[in-house]
Amino acid sequence: MAGVRILVGTRKGAFVLTSDEGRKKWDVNGPHFAGWEIYHLKGSPVDPNRIYASQSSGWFGQQIQRSDDGGKTWEPVDNTFVYDGVPGTHQWYDGTPHPWEFKRVWHLEPSLTDPDTVYAGAEDAALFRTTDGGKSWTELSGLRGHGSGAHWMPGAGGMCLHTILLDPVDPKRIFIAISAAGAFRTDDGGETWKPINRGLKSEHIPDPQAEVGHCVHRLASHPARPNVLFMQKHWDVMRSDDAGNSWHEVSGNLPTDFGFVIDVHAHEPETIYVVPIKSDSEHFPADGQLRVWRSRTGGNDWEALSSGLPQANCYVNVLRDAMSVDRLESCGVYFGTTGGQVYASADAGDNWTAIVRDLPAVLSVEAQTLE
Amino acid sequence: MIRVVLPTHLRMHAKVNGEVTLTVHGAITQRSVLDALEQQYPVLRGTIRDHTTQKRRPFLRFFACQQDLSHQSPDAPLPEPIASGAQPFLIVGAIAGG
Repeated sequence: MAGVRILVGTRKGAFVLTSDEGRKKWDVNGPHFAGWEIYHLKGSPVDPNRIYASQSSGWFGQQIQRSDDGGKTWEPVDNTFVYDGVPGTHQWYDGTPHPWEFKRVWHLEPSLTDPDTVYAGAEDAALFRTTDGGKSWTELSGLRGHGSGAHWMPGAGGMCLHTILLDPVDPKRIFIAISAAGAFRTDDGGETWKPINRGLKSEHIPDPQAEVGHCVHRLASHPARPNVLFMQKHWDVMRSDDAGNSWHEVSGNLPTDFGFVIDVHAHEPETIYVVPIKSDSEHFPADGQLRVWRSRTGGNDWEALSSGLPQANCYVNVLRDAMSVDRLESCGVYFGTTGGQVYASADAGDNWTAIVRDLPAVLSVEAQTLE
Repeated sequence: MIRVVLPTHLRMHAKVNGEVTLTVHGAITQRSVLDALEQQYPVLRGTIRDHTTQKRRPFLRFFACQQDLSHQSPDAPLPEPIASGAQPFLIVGAIAGG
């Protein structure tokens, strides 16, 4: 029977939420890895029971966990993330050079074709890959070696590589994004990279044409149209129709274009979702009203979706990896908040209910559609 | 037999309950004890000492016999009660963070 499994990473553990295709009654399983920060979990598209989790702690460092039974049991795999060669320096907040130091894995992106191959986005920004199911990790150092790395600077949350999009049509093409360096693309499987930030405008950057230095919060695309990219930048919702070669703003009538998440409807490539956040200094929805905004035109024209969401006294945030969609016939949309709620809509965002309300702060949400 | 007390998170991670007991050959030092610990529980590699530098992670401390041994040389002999198993070697998470 078809169903949905939602993988939720939180500040203090992982939770697995499951339902049948009706998506009305949910089983909540967890916490797994209680007390550890779980930045992200994601299942293999070709083997949904193969799930990888990034488990970390300021005390005990990074772990990677792997499940082969859909999240029921887990085994730690290799946790050695060593930068290739001499790591060099990036720019620190005060403008001085600062050595590259591994801190944690923000995002895990399993291969579209091989359950043993996974990409890991790290802080300080770097891309790692395993091809043996997590037994060993190797840096794709061409990214840091692009030449601009010495000028990358951390965002307020750290210098994290948080987005990895694998092109389903061209297996050698990967998009990634780093806060606060920007978006990058490889067309040769990760050997060489180029920044794809033309058209982004970031206030207070001295050079408006700067190749790097943009605080990209999230990228999203639809598998059927991998050259169309959507971006939630620090401020501004952006769109590219040429695989990132150029960007234009599609914030349109959004009440504020600051935010973290952005995602695309599973069956409608021009239907996209964001959760506007009041500002970079006030990380909560405007007026205490939690609203998802949906555009059915690929941006510019947006509608507020509030049915079932708190419309008073709500001051949570929705972090960059905390929204996902399922692929059931009526597309399900899910997001988690720093207040510990995970909201679900089984009708593409028209109506929302909370699956759970009192988890630790949610860092990531991934939906798996089970056949 | 060397006794080691792990912090809760690492007991959970290594799937052990209570104290860990280790057989350590040669001199009983922080390094030899931690080497034996990681040999017996490979999943603890990188959690107590940095993978590359092998230095103690910043928010962990080593205690034994009412002494803070965190800043001692990793090759200095540990107190005799540790070597004899009369006292445990304590790996403690610093009280910090949320």
